Amino acid sequence: MVSLVDRHTGFVAELRRAGLPVSVAEGLDAVRAVRAVDLLDRESLRAAYAATVVKRPQHRATFDTLFDLWFPAAVGDGAGAARDPGRPARTVDDEGRPVPAALDPRVQRRREELADLLLSGDDAGLRRFARLAVAEYGRTPGQESWFSSGVLSALSPETLMARLLESVLTGRERGGMAERVARRTFRDRIARFSGLVAGEVRRRIAEDTGVERTARIAVRPPLERLDFAGATRAEMEALRREVYPLARRLASRLVQRQRHGRRGRLDFRRTVRASLASGGVPLTTHHRPRRPHRPELVVLCDASDSVSAFAHFTLLLTFALREQFSKVRAFAFIDATDEITKYFAPGADVTSAMTRLAAEADLVWITGRSNYGHAFKVFDDRYRDAVTPRTSLLILGDARSNYGELSLPIVRSMADRARHAYWLNPEPRAQWDTGDSAASRYGELVPMYECRNLTQLAAFIEELA
Amino acid sequence: MTDAMFASPADAGRRLAGVRYLADDEIATTVFLAQALGKPLLVEGPAGVGKTELAKAVAAATGAELIRLQCYEGLDEARALYEFNYKKQLLAIQAAPADRAWQETHDDIFSEEFLLERPLLAAIRRSDPTVLLIDEADKADVEVEGMLLEVLSDFQVTIPELGTVAAVRRPFVVITSNAARELSEALKRRCLYLHLGYPAPDRERDIVLAQVPGIEAELAERLVRTVGTLRDLEIKKAPSIAETVDWARTLLALGLDDLDEAAVGRTLGVVLKHVSDQERAAKELGLSG
Repeated sequence: MVSLVDRHTGFVAELRRAGLPVSVAEGLDAVRAVRAVDLLDRESLRAAYAATVVKRPQHRATFDTLFDLWFPAAVGDGAGAARDPGRPARTVDDEGRPVPAALDPRVQRRREELADLLLSGDDAGLRRFARLAVAEYGRTPGQESWFSSGVLSALSPETLMARLLESVLTGRERGGMAERVARRTFRDRIARFSGLVAGEVRRRIAEDTGVERTARIAVRPPLERLDFAGATRAEMEALRREVYPLARRLASRLVQRQRHGRRGRLDFRRTVRASLASGGVPLTTHHRPRRPHRPELVVLCDASDSVSAFAHFTLLLTFALREQFSKVRAFAFIDATDEITKYFAPGADVTSAMTRLAAEADLVWITGRSNYGHAFKVFDDRYRDAVTPRTSLLILGDARSNYGELSLPIVRSMADRARHAYWLNPEPRAQWDTGDSAASRYGELVPMYECRNLTQLAAFIEELA
Repeated sequence: MTDAMFASPADAGRRLAGVRYLADDEIATTVFLAQALGKPLLVEGPAGVGKTELAKAVAAATGAELIRLQCYEGLDEARALYEFNYKKQLLAIQAAPADRAWQETHDDIFSEEFLLERPLLAAIRRSDPTVLLIDEADKADVEVEGMLLEVLSDFQVTIPELGTVAAVRRPFVVITSNAARELSEALKRRCLYLHLGYPAPDRERDIVLAQVPGIEAELAERLVRTVGTLRDLEIKKAPSIAETVDWARTLLALGLDDLDEAAVGRTLGVVLKHVSDQERAAKELGLSG
């Protein structure tokens, strides 16, 4: 067992390696906090660390994963999981092969237990059960390592849903609100169980191969460094939630910048009037309110398949911006361009807007593969008046035009006309100008930024404003 | 250093519960630590999860006075820290006898008597237990953060005419933010951090039971689960805890003891305040009409 100080420094070092900015001062705070709580109470210890070293909610998942590895809840099979060592968890048939899970009475008994726990929502029980289940099914005899797939396929918690619903909805009408609410509750509990199993498996692996190595495999990059293109569904959801604050920040940055010299023209009449109270000395000057500045934004977004994850994300950004600015016009293109502003009316529903957009917008001219040249030409023909000297123009795309025409003069004239023009490219900079990418040729006309994750997007927003 | 207001995380939890703020273990531990380490506590989270309530509860639980600084765009030193009372100063100058030396008058008008203390200075100067709530720090301009840094790291304020005022007794500081703007790293480094999300169903049920006497536990449970489902939908304004409580009161007032489609349909306006949200919820939950 390593000493507590080593544990601490190792843990903090690993947090930093995983992308959490833990300063020296915060590390020291953590030590002080840890000394103030009861070390034997693991959740207090977790809270103490969390309060001192995690300063963004997006980092919390990474923190929890690493915390569970560094300060494991149990060692080996753990206390309370007293297992009869001579008895295998699976019944074997005459030839020594395990019986299929569905026919194995032992597995079925475990499934009963799991169903009861899910039904009651007993979290401590679920935690104990997950530990036990991993000990029993996490490693088949021939395997060296631990896997959660073994546990989940033997117990298949998802298939318990029908039975769980049955037992709470007795006598109620199916398909209605009650069922939806119950379904969500159980889905959360099943997900919780899967999470517990995954954590337990990581702990087992860490015991076998060392904490540092496991941490390196187990930890996904924090959300703000996650590649838009490589995001899983759940991560995309989380990213989506991050977009709104960014849009708000962008809006407030633009307004803030405008407010330099916050006061408007002197309001002479009011100033003199107010000075009467102080014997004619104008102590406070009054000013006319400034005309509110309305930055205009035109967004031109590549919606083709090659950037679909990014496009999805940028459309969300557009949607969020639409709510923050009074005047945003949005256009999407593949090989033709169409205005999509109307789908993003304030107060509209984002999901249905996306569906309608895909179904109705006129984005495809012939091939359905991006053709920047033609798209820009169409934009220039039909929406020339959208770009004015008051406009900030934002182009989102990978600049891969399938070796087609580029329409550089049109882009140049658009960039000249707009107040600012920016291009966000979701490809890594190293891949620019490879193959059919025209990144630097467009980049000469419109300043191009690599934008693959939230950090880069946020950095861009700081720059834009 | 703050005096020990709480003996342990469990004590903090108990005392907060005593003033009807149900804290989970993490909240209780963090509040205890903020007090034990004498550090400001930064609380972030969506609107309506009880961030401001937490500060009020800490004040109530410890018998401290709550001093509140509401942040907004354009908040400046004069509103947050201190200001000299110009009008009074002017009067004093005018009322001064003609033969009095200017230097004397000058020294006189920049004295304690003409100082208007604003929340930050007031919190530092108080000798009784104080909870300083800096509410919605993200609404204020970046410059205000600079001022907060100065005040919160040393708990002292320098007034050029009067000298440095150091805290007699450190206030318990709670800073809340809806994360509309990312607060600076420097400020975050100086604070303990607590992210308050929507509560777990069990805790929210207990909150409803505590706030709405007379409601059946089973109805509260079902209500909380329904609100949880609503929060999962992609809506503009997810219902807050306060709205859950309001909803419970509404059901009670209407004499509804079951939360079926009809009851939800009639009372949805209590929890969802946007038409588009209501339409979406009606669709997703299969409410008719």
